[in-house]
Amino acid sequence: MTDTAVHGHDSSTGISNIKLGMWTFLGSECLLFGGLISTYMLYRGRVTGGPRPAQIFDIPFTSVSSFVLLMSSLTMVLAVSAAHKNEHRKTNLWLTVTALLGATFVGGQVYEFTAFYNEGLGFSTSLFGSSFYTLTGFHGVHVTVGIIMLMSLVGIFKRSAVPGKKAEVVEMIGLYWHFVDIVWIIIFTLVYLIPV
Amino acid sequence: MAIIERETEVVVPVTVTPTSTYGVLKRPVSATGWRAWVFTVDHKKLGLMYGATAMFFFIVGGVEALLIRLQLAAPNGKVLNADLYNQMFTMHATTMVFLFVMPMAAGLANYFIPLQIGARDVAFPRINALGFWLLLFAGIFINLSWFLGGAADGGWFMYAPNSGPVFSPTNGIDFWAFGLQIAGIASLTGAINLIVTVLNMRAPGMTLMKMPIFTWMMTVVQFLLLFAVPVITVALFLLSFQRNFGARFFDVAAGADPLLWQHLFWIFGHPEVYILVLPAFGIVSEVLPVFSRKPLFGYPFVVFSGAAIGFVGWGVWAHHMFASGLGPVSVAVFSLTTMAIAVPTGVKIINWTLTMWGGKLYFSTAMKFSIGLIVLFTVGGLSGVTHSVAPSDTQQTDTYYIVAHFHYVLFGGAVLGFFSGFYYWWPKMFGKMLNERLGGWNFWLMVIGMNMTFGPMHILGLQGQPRRMYQWTEARAGEGFFNLAFWNMIASIGSFVLAVGILLFLINVVITARNPTRAPLDPWNSRSLEWLTSNPPKEHNFDVIPTVHHLDEFFHRKYEEDPESHTMRQIATAEEIMAEQERNADKHIHMPSPSYWPIVVAFSVLVITFGMIFSYLIAAIGGVTLLFASFGWALEPSTAPESDFESNSSTPGTALDSVGNS
Repeated sequence: MTDTAVHGHDSSTGISNIKLGMWTFLGSECLLFGGLISTYMLYRGRVTGGPRPAQIFDIPFTSVSSFVLLMSSLTMVLAVSAAHKNEHRKTNLWLTVTALLGATFVGGQVYEFTAFYNEGLGFSTSLFGSSFYTLTGFHGVHVTVGIIMLMSLVGIFKRSAVPGKKAEVVEMIGLYWHFVDIVWIIIFTLVYLIPV
Repeated sequence: MAIIERETEVVVPVTVTPTSTYGVLKRPVSATGWRAWVFTVDHKKLGLMYGATAMFFFIVGGVEALLIRLQLAAPNGKVLNADLYNQMFTMHATTMVFLFVMPMAAGLANYFIPLQIGARDVAFPRINALGFWLLLFAGIFINLSWFLGGAADGGWFMYAPNSGPVFSPTNGIDFWAFGLQIAGIASLTGAINLIVTVLNMRAPGMTLMKMPIFTWMMTVVQFLLLFAVPVITVALFLLSFQRNFGARFFDVAAGADPLLWQHLFWIFGHPEVYILVLPAFGIVSEVLPVFSRKPLFGYPFVVFSGAAIGFVGWGVWAHHMFASGLGPVSVAVFSLTTMAIAVPTGVKIINWTLTMWGGKLYFSTAMKFSIGLIVLFTVGGLSGVTHSVAPSDTQQTDTYYIVAHFHYVLFGGAVLGFFSGFYYWWPKMFGKMLNERLGGWNFWLMVIGMNMTFGPMHILGLQGQPRRMYQWTEARAGEGFFNLAFWNMIASIGSFVLAVGILLFLINVVITARNPTRAPLDPWNSRSLEWLTSNPPKEHNFDVIPTVHHLDEFFHRKYEEDPESHTMRQIATAEEIMAEQERNADKHIHMPSPSYWPIVVAFSVLVITFGMIFSYLIAAIGGVTLLFASFGWALEPSTAPESDFESNSSTPGTALDSVGNS
């Protein structure tokens, strides 16, 4: 019923509406993170009080949590592939694993924020503090929203009340998930790896 | 031209309405009364609601403008105090930009894009409804600040650090920032929806280069919105975090760079001015060919110049910041790009002029407004090019010269374009023609009023009267021709002439609504697909989805070229084409079904923003309802499933057609 690709004229591009909509949305998200990253890059060296970036970053720890997040992209691909093959159990399994890996990353971020705060970097401490927490916080919120969407998918699939084509929906959420991962690669490089 | 009174024939009802329930809540099924509007997902109803909302805020913003002009009419004005004056010009600009021009464009786009591309609705009907409700709530939210401690007072570009809590301690700027965030979500959802609609849902045969020009220009606008809105979102978040959570982004004592806000704001702000004016360009490009009895001159050039404006519009933002000391290289680069963007705009002006050249001009009110746009926008465009001369711009910065410039491009451009569209499309939207005699008065009063109001501001500005100054004194008014008192008075009188012109439009609307005469099916002998249906269009837009063979498809169904004389001869009337459509009507059309969720989601967002200002507990409640509503939304199919409908055994489905999926 809700499958729009039934009639040729419903999709002039051949891409379903929801997928094209997600691509469009992600285009917009690029500019959102672009603005936040620019703000951070402008302010990262401006520390009038409190710790400097090099003093608090724990590169090995963040590298591990970044690796976990990147692996979740792999499990997401497996989930999409399983959904296309109509393997429901496998789809649910990989969606759950993806959400767990994402949750591990967010947990790592919470731990990191707490550690930084205890070392003297508050949200209002310095321009570095404000822009660091804003940028990484926005990314963390995006991952969290992704986790909620993944878990909701699993729940909805269990009730088998999916409006639309299942694989298409999984793929759409997958697009979002990969985007959030790619953004993290950029953030990790610019924030953690390039010295001020 | 067929001016025949046409009785609506009784046709087999082809749109079926769901009768039973589905999802978390009972699905709304009312087809009449207020419920039919509040829970609707129909792009035409939403378009009209956008239009009505925008018109309301146009009046609000207009009253604010009149108060400003009353204050400045004479020296030492006493109408407003300095504080209230600051709020007044801030809210005038905010209302006109975000709550009038953008929603009006969104309304027209919503109404006409599906009709012009031969679709039955937009790609995401519920997201469409969500966008409207978010916008309405944003408007209400921003304006509530008047009654809750004072409105925003930092100017519409809200320069930091002047917008910090030290300099603006009331909640006004918080209301402004959160309100614009909501309006931003509305614009973003609208942009995604319309882009997908245009890319995915065109009628068979309609390639991109056969798309009506209004749809083209609106598509460029949606792409601008898609990429510009997130930038202002970032800026507004930084501002809110600074004001509410103690972030340091604009705190100069902590080493902050005040130019950060200016850059972020204008990276959004300059594409924004094309977001405001391109819809009007689209309307004019529809109206001029119809009333010149000629196709649009150089259609590909108009399309590509519109797209070029969309691209180059991203590279000119710093010309708003020439006075901030950017350095010679930046100033030189942005001067050049600013000169460059005049080229595609000039291409459009030439195309419009050549469309009229040698045409059989018919001066309807819509045509008058379009010609008015060409002339007055050109005036504003030329004063715009003067800003690319950086030394001269440094003199003009923050004077009334700037005010004159942007009112010529926005009033002379956007607003005249909208009015042209109102007169042209009114019979399509309401099935009745606006009074043309009153329309003439409407047009001339508006044009005279706007020139009286904004023309003198060029002189005032070059003489040095600053913007945002709440009083001026006789002692510094100057003498002779350049006397500030004289020109300020003229401008104030002009603003009331303008207001009378707009009042005449509203009177015209009321008179038209009471007039029982129905509009003919094709009153203007139009060219594009939206006229291939009844006035107002049926709920499902088209009985048969048209197959498109030409640019100006509707025209080519009415006329064909005589191979010997190479003139166009009529082969069918609009009535005949319509009757043909009704004979072949699809029997079984499922339209997207109404839904509670858009308004519930939008209201939850409103509750969250209230909570952000007054109490986090309220925000948490809003968050919970938002989550609940999102699940309700996700679990409810956009189009009610087959089992929800009464059995339609009498009309077995011949052409099952579902529209939209989110």
